[in-house]
Amino acid sequence: MIAFVIRRLLQSLIVMLVVAFVAFSMFNFLGDPINNMVGQDATEQERENLRRVLGLDQPFYIQFLVYLGNAIQGNFGTSYRLGMPVVNALADRLPATLELVFCAAGLALLVGVPLGVYTGLHRDRWLSKVFLTLSLIGISLPTFLIGILLILFFAVYLGWLPSFGRGDVVDLGIWTTGFLTLSGIKALILPSITLALFQLTLVMRLVRAEMLEVLRTDYIKFARARGLSNRAVHFGHALGNTLVPVITITGLQIGSLIAFAIVTETVFQWPGMGLLFLQAVQFVDIPVMSSYLVLIAFFFVLINLIVDLLYYFVDPRLRADRAVAGGH
Amino acid sequence: MQNSPLLRVENLKVEFPTRRGRLVAVDDVSFDIAPGEVLGVVGESGAGKSMTGSAIIGLLEPPGRIAGGSISLDGRRIDNLPYEEMRKIRGKHIGAIFQDPLTSLNPLYSVGKQLVETIMTHSDLTPTAARERALALLREVGIPAPERRIEQYPHQFSGGMRQRVVIALALCANPRLIVADEPTTALDVSIQAQIITLLKRLCREHGTAVMLVTHDMGVIAETADRVAVMYAGRVAEIGPVRDVIKNPKHPYTIGLMGSIPRIGRDEERLTQIDGSMPRLTEIPQGCAFNPRCPLVFDRCRRERPDLIDVGPFHQVSCWKYAEGVGHA
Repeated sequence: MIAFVIRRLLQSLIVMLVVAFVAFSMFNFLGDPINNMVGQDATEQERENLRRVLGLDQPFYIQFLVYLGNAIQGNFGTSYRLGMPVVNALADRLPATLELVFCAAGLALLVGVPLGVYTGLHRDRWLSKVFLTLSLIGISLPTFLIGILLILFFAVYLGWLPSFGRGDVVDLGIWTTGFLTLSGIKALILPSITLALFQLTLVMRLVRAEMLEVLRTDYIKFARARGLSNRAVHFGHALGNTLVPVITITGLQIGSLIAFAIVTETVFQWPGMGLLFLQAVQFVDIPVMSSYLVLIAFFFVLINLIVDLLYYFVDPRLRADRAVAGGH
Repeated sequence: MQNSPLLRVENLKVEFPTRRGRLVAVDDVSFDIAPGEVLGVVGESGAGKSMTGSAIIGLLEPPGRIAGGSISLDGRRIDNLPYEEMRKIRGKHIGAIFQDPLTSLNPLYSVGKQLVETIMTHSDLTPTAARERALALLREVGIPAPERRIEQYPHQFSGGMRQRVVIALALCANPRLIVADEPTTALDVSIQAQIITLLKRLCREHGTAVMLVTHDMGVIAETADRVAVMYAGRVAEIGPVRDVIKNPKHPYTIGLMGSIPRIGRDEERLTQIDGSMPRLTEIPQGCAFNPRCPLVFDRCRRERPDLIDVGPFHQVSCWKYAEGVGHA
């Protein structure tokens, strides 16, 4: 177990190094940074001086090591556009995105899993067929369209919910939260649904498919033959055995939720990292873009690590030492 | 056998609706099992033996269904009970053992949890008392160091050990009947004998009746009190195991016995029944065995024989023994 964790940590480290290298390379491949910093009438001498002061005359591996050293200390440079440290800019936006992703993931699981179980258990009922048909819409409609339709209906026609922004937020020092005010919670609803819908239908269809698979197994038939209640058979024996693939997909999808919150954040003008990133792209704000890349990669690596550890809790076959398998 | 039977199956008919019409998997099968008696049910794959077992425990896989006849336990009809009622009988009054111990146990639950769960479903024992009972059961089925083993998961047990656990699970609530569907087929030959001996001993000690479904005539000869030979969904012959083995009446049984090698018998070659069992879609008119029967005569092709007495408790469905039976 410990060996496994250490191995996974090392693998994660390698992934992060590669990503950091790609992020670092962006500075060199997307134009000469000196050009972006000096005026058009700067002399060649001034350019050389700036280049030396910034350490850009060093070979690239020295530059990379310096970049890594700074990154480890939390220094990702200064945003060209905002004129503030990138770390601060991201830290300002991170809570908004994470709260949105948290709500969306929660919604996807809390609704998707029960719907999947229901449609798996009662696949011939008309309600299951309705859910399945609706899930096709969730899978096939693009996110921005769902967002715009929700805004049109709930914000424009009904006027129940705000169409953009986070509402009032409470500043808790390093974290600003929208959970503590009514307007903050109201503002969360539409973006969360928009972001969650695809994941929800995915989770539902996955759980349904896995349930159908598991319900055919011998141990479910044997559990029934032992006279266990339907609840114990369906939610204990069957659902438990569908969890490994569900955890895998959900974990990967949470990473995607963070990364692809961009579209939802744009539609709802949600002041999160995705919106920051899009603005950075428009202004070729390379420090922000490269830091965003590193941060998202970090989330993916972290979530994958957590998913791998969760397997251990769910499936005893992975945690046990095989040596004890006894003879006859 | 004369006094009230524990299980009475009368004219049982199991059907599968398919696109090409209804398939009759079990046709007009009747037999009794007395308390404490072991009835062997033998036949080729597809003869309807497992299907009969599934019908008795009320777990026919849809779309299979009981289309006629009745099943009574202790004089109470159980084939038409609602699911919840039948669930309370399963495990408590009728235990089941399935073919493959490797897939009969839920891989995510420890052996102890599966035992305790089953015990607590059928009794009012406290968790501590249920655990004590689970330990006693594991000891009874011959699992060494049960205190340690009870915490372990199925993958940590060998095939033979798992089948012992399955037997313990079937015996949890002291049922009066156990339906054992090919309990040794998936095991090593050396383990098979152990499991059969164990099953036989436990059922004698607990006074449990067994319906032992198998295609292994050796297992039947060793274990059963009576044997029913099934062919193409019908009972071809039923009687005390000694009579059926020593003095088989039905041409199919005669062929079956001739095809078993015996030590100490200097026959040059084993007999073989020509042809193969008809598919359920192509069961011939009259006696289902008539195309393969060496003694076939006219009547066999026209009319289906019913069970005819040929000795004490020995019945056979063959026109050859029908002298004197009225024929219009």
